[in-house]
Amino acid sequence: MSALLEVRDLSVRFGRHRTLAVDRVSLTLDEGDRLGLVGESGSGKSVTALAVLGLLPETATVTGSVRWQGREILGLPDRELAKLRGQEFSMVFQEPMTALDPLMKAGRQVAEVLGLHRGMARGASRPLVLEMLAAVGLADPVRIADSYPHQLSGGQRQRVLMAMALVNRPDLVVCDEPTTALDVTVQARVLATLDERLDDAGAACLFISHDLAVVSQVCARVAVLRHGRLVEQGTTAQVLGAPQRPYTRGLVAVASLEHAEPGSRLPLVDDFARDGGAS
Amino acid sequence: MMRRASLVVGAVLVGLVLMVSLVGLVWTPYDPARVVPGDRLLSPSATHWLGTDAFGIDILSRIMAGARSVLLVGVFAVGIAALVGVPLGIVAGMNSGWLGRVVVRATDVLYAFPAVLLAILFAGALGSSTTTAMLAIGIATIPVFTRIARAGVLQVMSQDFITASRVSGIGWLRIAWRHVLPNIAPLIGVQASVSFALAILAEAALSYLGLATPPEVPTWGRMLYDAQRHLLNDPHLAIAPAVAIAGAVLGFNLLGDGLRDLLDPRLKEVAE
Repeated sequence: MSALLEVRDLSVRFGRHRTLAVDRVSLTLDEGDRLGLVGESGSGKSVTALAVLGLLPETATVTGSVRWQGREILGLPDRELAKLRGQEFSMVFQEPMTALDPLMKAGRQVAEVLGLHRGMARGASRPLVLEMLAAVGLADPVRIADSYPHQLSGGQRQRVLMAMALVNRPDLVVCDEPTTALDVTVQARVLATLDERLDDAGAACLFISHDLAVVSQVCARVAVLRHGRLVEQGTTAQVLGAPQRPYTRGLVAVASLEHAEPGSRLPLVDDFARDGGAS
Repeated sequence: MMRRASLVVGAVLVGLVLMVSLVGLVWTPYDPARVVPGDRLLSPSATHWLGTDAFGIDILSRIMAGARSVLLVGVFAVGIAALVGVPLGIVAGMNSGWLGRVVVRATDVLYAFPAVLLAILFAGALGSSTTTAMLAIGIATIPVFTRIARAGVLQVMSQDFITASRVSGIGWLRIAWRHVLPNIAPLIGVQASVSFALAILAEAALSYLGLATPPEVPTWGRMLYDAQRHLLNDPHLAIAPAVAIAGAVLGFNLLGDGLRDLLDPRLKEVAE
């Protein structure tokens, strides 16, 4: 049986100068797998995810292979991909401020995804929408459903986004820094809900984050990206507990600041990754 | 408070123009087309509230009769421009391939033709009439709407919620209709009210050139041009149509502003 998602030698180049954003990245996800994609800003995490979903602008050149349940989906026409999107894979975005249409009530935005893939009338989908909003931990689903995004808090918006991504029970949910825009206490609760819902749905998850603590809470496996290249990949315990590459060691060290001496200079990733980007 | 005020004042002014044009259809104080040589250039008085023009025609009657063609030309010209221009702009903004580029270039070409040139073309084909003016002004205004729509679309398309809709598998047409159009509607509304004002002025210019409404049919623009010759001795000839045009233009602008604020839930929150 083939893996749910198999990415081979994925490379992404941008623009006329063909700047390399992602360099021969290979990943595999089985059903229900949780893979964390870790790296600094600009390391190609989001671009990798968008390339997998076929969402990059036309200025990007994508090469390599992306297989979904054994079927090559890289280079499929948009119309074909649209059938998969929302139904088999979906995405939770980083910025809850901009990821919801400011002029559409939250409930309708969730219902839109439902109606699209199940051919459901708006009235018929309402109970399901409310159920989904409750399932992602929103206490007053009726009020939330009838609110515009600007009337909701950041945490509530992020939960609505989760509801949108999960309502069709997709097999893969891509989470692009889903908690980065939230404060720490809200973050922990939103993560717990995400964890539960992914378990319920048995959905696989590609979890993008620069926050190692968050990744270790959600993911069983971790892949570390640097300058668009895969530096290290393995189980979360392996990679974060006993990192092999200097760069990963650096990432882990700067994430565990409780070991830093008061008054001393904080460690930088570069202190560890002297071997440069070509590792 | 200010938002409410602009909505109310705008609605009142537009309502006034509408009412005047409706009443003008069935009743005017004097016949707006009958020349009375003895009553030339009378100042405003109890019998002629706004005075008479160089042909002895009652100005109030001409203003009332002229309101209709102002509304017709404004509404239809802007309607044509928006109905054709906005969809083209959405296509140009959402499609970065050859189709979008073709639309942008075609828009640039159309932009090169002034309304007057188009009006001469149409007058040759259809004869000079109010319809000619509506078509010419409408078509010449299409590129304005295409450009403003495209600019808005590009800005909306760069936001995450469009990507989110695409991830949800929502098709282009539906994204355009449900997510893009509502978000650029305020832009379109403001442009429409500005274009409406320009359309009224363009109609006046075309009438002056004899390409639009024929001279015997009263329009505000034509009255303004006729008044030019008597501006020094009888300024009251120009004041009535000028105030009427300014009032109508201001009314549509305020109404456009007020409606936009009323319909945008983000702004509504702030206002309350």
